[in-house]
Amino acid sequence: MEEWFSQKRRIFIIDFQFVETAIFDSYFIHQGGIFLSLLHLAIFLPFIMAVFVPFLYKGFRKIHTGWFVLIVPALLFGYFLHFIPTVRENEIIKRTIHWIPSLKIDFTAYLDGLSLLFALLITGIGTLVVFYSIFYLSKKREQLHNFYVYLLIFMGAMLGVVLSDNLISLYTFWEFTSLSSFLLIGYWYQRDGSRYGAQKSMLITVFGGLSMLGGIFLLYNMAGTFSIRELITHKELIMASPLFIPSMLLILLGAFTKSAQFPFYIWLPDAMEAPTPVSAYLHSATMVKAGIYLVARMSPVYAESPVWLWIIGSFGIFTMFWASFNAIKQTDLKGILAFSTVSQLGLIMSLLGVGAAALHYKDMDENIFIVATAAAVFHLINHATFKGALFMVAGIIDHETGTRDIRKLGGLMGLMPITFTIALIGSFSMAGLPPFNGFLSKEMFFTGMVRVTEMDLFSLDTWGLLFPIIAWVGSIFTFLYSIMLFFRTFTGKLQMDKLERKPHEAPAGMLAPPIILAALMIIFGFFPNILTYNIIEPAVGAILPELLEPGEHFVGHISFWHGPGIELFMTIGVIALGVVLYLTLSKWGKIYSWFPDKLTFNHLYDQIIKWLESGAKSITKGYMTGFIRSYLVYIFLFFIVISGVTLITKDAFKIDVSNIAPIGVYEVVLALIIVIGSATILLAKSRLTSIIALGAVGYTVSLFFVIFRAPDLALTQLVIETVSVALFLLAFYHLPPLNKHEKGIGFKLGNALISIGVGVIVTLVAISAHSNKLFDSIAKYYIENTHDKAGGENMVNVILVDFRGFDTMFEICVLGIAALGIFGMIRLRLTNEGGKTNEKK
Amino acid sequence: MEILMAVIIGVLFTSAVYLMLSKSLLRIIIGTGLLSHGAHLLILTMGGLKKGSVPILGEHAKHYVDPIPQALILTAIVISFGVTSFFLVLAYRAYQELGTDNMDQMRGTEGND
Repeated sequence: MEEWFSQKRRIFIIDFQFVETAIFDSYFIHQGGIFLSLLHLAIFLPFIMAVFVPFLYKGFRKIHTGWFVLIVPALLFGYFLHFIPTVRENEIIKRTIHWIPSLKIDFTAYLDGLSLLFALLITGIGTLVVFYSIFYLSKKREQLHNFYVYLLIFMGAMLGVVLSDNLISLYTFWEFTSLSSFLLIGYWYQRDGSRYGAQKSMLITVFGGLSMLGGIFLLYNMAGTFSIRELITHKELIMASPLFIPSMLLILLGAFTKSAQFPFYIWLPDAMEAPTPVSAYLHSATMVKAGIYLVARMSPVYAESPVWLWIIGSFGIFTMFWASFNAIKQTDLKGILAFSTVSQLGLIMSLLGVGAAALHYKDMDENIFIVATAAAVFHLINHATFKGALFMVAGIIDHETGTRDIRKLGGLMGLMPITFTIALIGSFSMAGLPPFNGFLSKEMFFTGMVRVTEMDLFSLDTWGLLFPIIAWVGSIFTFLYSIMLFFRTFTGKLQMDKLERKPHEAPAGMLAPPIILAALMIIFGFFPNILTYNIIEPAVGAILPELLEPGEHFVGHISFWHGPGIELFMTIGVIALGVVLYLTLSKWGKIYSWFPDKLTFNHLYDQIIKWLESGAKSITKGYMTGFIRSYLVYIFLFFIVISGVTLITKDAFKIDVSNIAPIGVYEVVLALIIVIGSATILLAKSRLTSIIALGAVGYTVSLFFVIFRAPDLALTQLVIETVSVALFLLAFYHLPPLNKHEKGIGFKLGNALISIGVGVIVTLVAISAHSNKLFDSIAKYYIENTHDKAGGENMVNVILVDFRGFDTMFEICVLGIAALGIFGMIRLRLTNEGGKTNEKK
Repeated sequence: MEILMAVIIGVLFTSAVYLMLSKSLLRIIIGTGLLSHGAHLLILTMGGLKKGSVPILGEHAKHYVDPIPQALILTAIVISFGVTSFFLVLAYRAYQELGTDNMDQMRGTEGND
């Protein structure tokens, strides 16, 4: 025995050492020199800073915490700017940290045109938003440390999303953005609206995030890798797989919920309960574009499929129309901006979908479809500029007047000239008017949509006509809400009595960030080619990698924005119709009230939540009755059904009478006594009868033990039965008279059916188990060795104390515990003696 | 013989389950008692009821009955005795405190569980 132990231990030690060295080897080999690159540090910097923010907040009470935080995005923005020349030459920066190498999960930072574009947006707008928030949030009233910790976590997570090559690390950061967004929306947690909005956005985005995780695993199943780069090289394999479409749909579900596409846009308007800097940053410029990023990033894998083009194109364009149509009935400035964000995200999404068609036309020189992708990237930047500025304007108005309701606002032009100018530039850019940047991307949007009709694939040549029409109608509404937003706020009559504060111009610090954004709108409007070569081209190259050789440029697409074409006439039509609609708004605005509230998606969402809650509650109430009898019925029914079905389906019932003992007279008599005894208990009206009958059954069992040659058992059974009956009789005095409490034949019949079922099943199982003996008993060993090895004569006792002594030890424990438990139950009466009132009801 | 025993065990199980499904606490305890009798007899029957000598070496017999099920049953008897006695005292205390032996009335009220 000892020998065996030591040998085993040696093997174990060797095994352990082997495993250990294997782990360490692979660990160090995989590290491969690169430990932590500067790029990784850039992603982690906001997280690291977030740790120090509370200390800075507590330590430097006099300085607004935002000033410390401001360093991080500014630094990062500068750092990412210096990659522009590298990325412009289509060079790619890739750094890897191994995270869980055995599961092929690592943290690969990957920087190409698309990632750089997003990183610049995140850090650039992040800098401005932090700056703005310093003036927006009061140092005295607000809990600034919370705000900046959440914001920094969000910033780092967003950088992680756009810079990750490994899908698992991307997913990790993705959920970090959901989480930090949840925290930021619920920043004023004492308000009901904030909590409702935070919960709603959490539920919807996490639903999408989990779907995306499913898609990621399907991709891993197909290609055996989590790296997006390697997925692209395995594209043929993935496209041939039956899991291709499911994985695409799951990933798109993630992208659509995050980017607030139809019908998942409903969380975004409710997320406007967040502080305005958060709305400007998360819900216009960055987080909602994570879905756009994902679609663009996965385009090389999926875009050749017609499903991709159709889903993204049609959902995007419909979202664009639907949200712009609904923006008009909003009365809250941020509400309009939220719907406008949804609409613009739909626009970008539809362009990405339509842009996928470019992959089917390999001839670079004549590929007129690439313009859609370029337009998507261009509009992405433009939207970040004008929407960021407009949110800040909304925040300024809220800050200076005390309301965001456009019915109360008006005539602020003279009082707030700078805000007015910024709003003018922003809303005109959003409406797509020259000379601002929105005009250019809107023209490219029309170009892209008009060209859908020229595609001769996936039956787009017929149905494709819908794309430019919906786009055009959507643009009219976009124009309408843009000018509405602007004119309702700044022109007309000043309603002083409705305002909480006397309006005046905002402080310079609050105005600076929107001024910078407005300046960018004009600069990009007049000199779009700054962006073209440096940022848009590498980004388009990343979305459509097959079309772009390293070092090759497709100059010309974005710079040609002159010349009259069908797009120009479409724009003129948009302006003309938009103006007419604006002037007649009071006449046709009633159509919004025709649309019943019960048919909205918000109502549907609320109902689903309600149904889920009440449904779960009623299901639980239905089976968790609180009656022990119900649970016993479930258990016994389950036992009957499972055993019965198994017996029938496996054809397991068998009677084998060859190996059976003969029946004697004594046994028959004893059997009769047992049957009569049980029947007596069932029918007894007095408790004494039933206890005596139980005793009779027990003594009969001990007589069975005598007949079946088990003297120890017979002895024990006799003693125990006597003690049990004595115990029953002892407790007798205190126990109530036997009351069956059962009324009604149905109750008894049900019980009878269940109990007969159990009895029959047990009998059948016992008979077939006995008839199916597979091997002989191991009793031979005990019979032979009881004397030689254990020095005993009584085999049962030797088994109990020698061969299987452990059982006996714990059986003694059971008795001890029962005794102590009984003692405790009788002695300890805290409710009565502890001075507390007895909870008798 | 085994088939007769299987039927008897079935009868014991049937009565035990019927008693356990009733509402009176005393009947439930009696039911558990019957159930353990059934289980013990089941173990013994499954071990085989062939004639042989008592499993004591002094008998000098050619065949002995299987001692292992007997050891198992002995353990089971003691444990079920412990549990039954505990259960009985529990019922007694419950009746003392709650004033009822009806399981339906012992059901926890809502919000009190």
